[in-house]
Amino acid sequence: MDSAPGLAPLTDQFSQAYWDAARGATLLIQRCRGCGRHQFYPRGHCAACFAPDPEWLPASGHGRVHTYTVVERTPNAEFAADCPYVLAIIELDEGPRLTARIAGATDGLRCDARVRAVFAAATGDTAAGQAGIVLPNFGLET
Amino acid sequence: MPASWSGKVAIVGAYESPRRRAPGVHPFAIQAECARGALADAGLDLGDVDGLAAAASFPAEGAREMAVAEIAEYLGIHPRWMDGTDIGGAAPLSHAGHAVAAIQAGLAEVVLVTYAACGCSWPYGAPDYLTYAHGPGQWELPYGPSTVATYALAARRHMHEFGTTEADLAAIAVQCRANAAANPDARFTSPITVDDVLSSAVIAAPLHRLDCCVVTDSGGAFVLTSARRAASTGARSANTGPVYVLGFGEALGQVSMNQMRTFTATAAAESGARAFATAGMRPAEIDCAQLYDSFTITVLLALEDLGFCGKGEGGKFASAGELGPGGRLPINTDGGGLSSNHPGRRGALAVIEAVRQLRGISPGVRLENPRTALVHGMGGSLSTSSTLILGV
Repeated sequence: MDSAPGLAPLTDQFSQAYWDAARGATLLIQRCRGCGRHQFYPRGHCAACFAPDPEWLPASGHGRVHTYTVVERTPNAEFAADCPYVLAIIELDEGPRLTARIAGATDGLRCDARVRAVFAAATGDTAAGQAGIVLPNFGLET
Repeated sequence: MPASWSGKVAIVGAYESPRRRAPGVHPFAIQAECARGALADAGLDLGDVDGLAAAASFPAEGAREMAVAEIAEYLGIHPRWMDGTDIGGAAPLSHAGHAVAAIQAGLAEVVLVTYAACGCSWPYGAPDYLTYAHGPGQWELPYGPSTVATYALAARRHMHEFGTTEADLAAIAVQCRANAAANPDARFTSPITVDDVLSSAVIAAPLHRLDCCVVTDSGGAFVLTSARRAASTGARSANTGPVYVLGFGEALGQVSMNQMRTFTATAAAESGARAFATAGMRPAEIDCAQLYDSFTITVLLALEDLGFCGKGEGGKFASAGELGPGGRLPINTDGGGLSSNHPGRRGALAVIEAVRQLRGISPGVRLENPRTALVHGMGGSLSTSSTLILGV
């Protein structure tokens, strides 16, 4: 397991379930009770049809790298020690996209490469680690 | 809409600070310098200004969320109309568009749009995140985005879908540097090659250091008034005449990159279409453009989204030399943000260079009698888009 970066998310009533599930190695997304669309990030409504109270469900954890960048240098000091790292936009098989890092080996990294969710406990000396956060990341399928 | 909108308001004064590094200077002092310069250019006094538009909430801009009020206070004016629309580098273009509407509605007669930042010398550093790690930001910030990384995400997908190359992107930086050669105030003037760009340090792949704009301490301001007042105001010569606002459009995309509708297109498609509709014009009628160039990919996406070439063709358009003075769409004729000046929100300076180009006084490359110019602003992480069409 790679260590996850700092800058802890501040959980709220729409995100607590997500972060709790991540601690148990489950990736949660929402589905609209009105139009049936999946969405990420979590909200109290559907961003497509504005119906209230979307339901939570576990995602398959499988998807593709929609796009990515290898960050070699950053002006943001809290991530400087992580460089180089791969920042990616993952398109889940269910449709929604989310931001994550590519964890582990990057051989074969390209747009549309298949990935699966991995869960990394934030290291203890970062803000996220102190908050007990586990961040979903993605590893390339071999 | 087009016939009633177009040409009723003009930019009658414009001024870009020659500063590029100003350690020990507060950005508000540069705001005042730019206001003085633009008003002098217009033949107007500060007392004529009854409308003010400004955004200055970035740390290096020296203000907070009440920026327009802070700047009015610093200048010593109490305008009857104000606009503090704060949408990153596109803000000054939206200020101009909103000022056109306000002047036509009788809410103001002389509007000052002013901008300054000490992008490289400001002593109080801050991360370049656009959000906090709560609410929507909690799904992105923990992973370590940076401004250049978010643009790199778009560049990578464009390369994947359309075969765009790093050399295509580099061609944009090379052209802007060539345009800066004659500009005495440009941050960098020595010519560069595609190889120079590709061999400069990778910041966030596929973007290199020379794919990124310069970072300066500077500013600029411009003054708008009704076409009727413009006809009877200020010094009149070929090089100081009014530049009319022919069209305007703005649009919002996203802030979180995981919400971007498509990584190969931006809200420029909408702001551009709106600007062309209000002007009653087509892309083929544009003689030159000042396209926001925070990064080379910003220009490439704008070329396609604004309709100057087809989707996916921007790389070939740039590599074929179409952005040069002899090409189909000369751009960023003062060197742009990539080589001349980018204190934080390039939009104000892009408007100013369009005005200078149409007046025949560009400090960089002077085109032969251009009659129309498009100015495009892009703010945030491909987040916000604002497009102006100007003409003489």
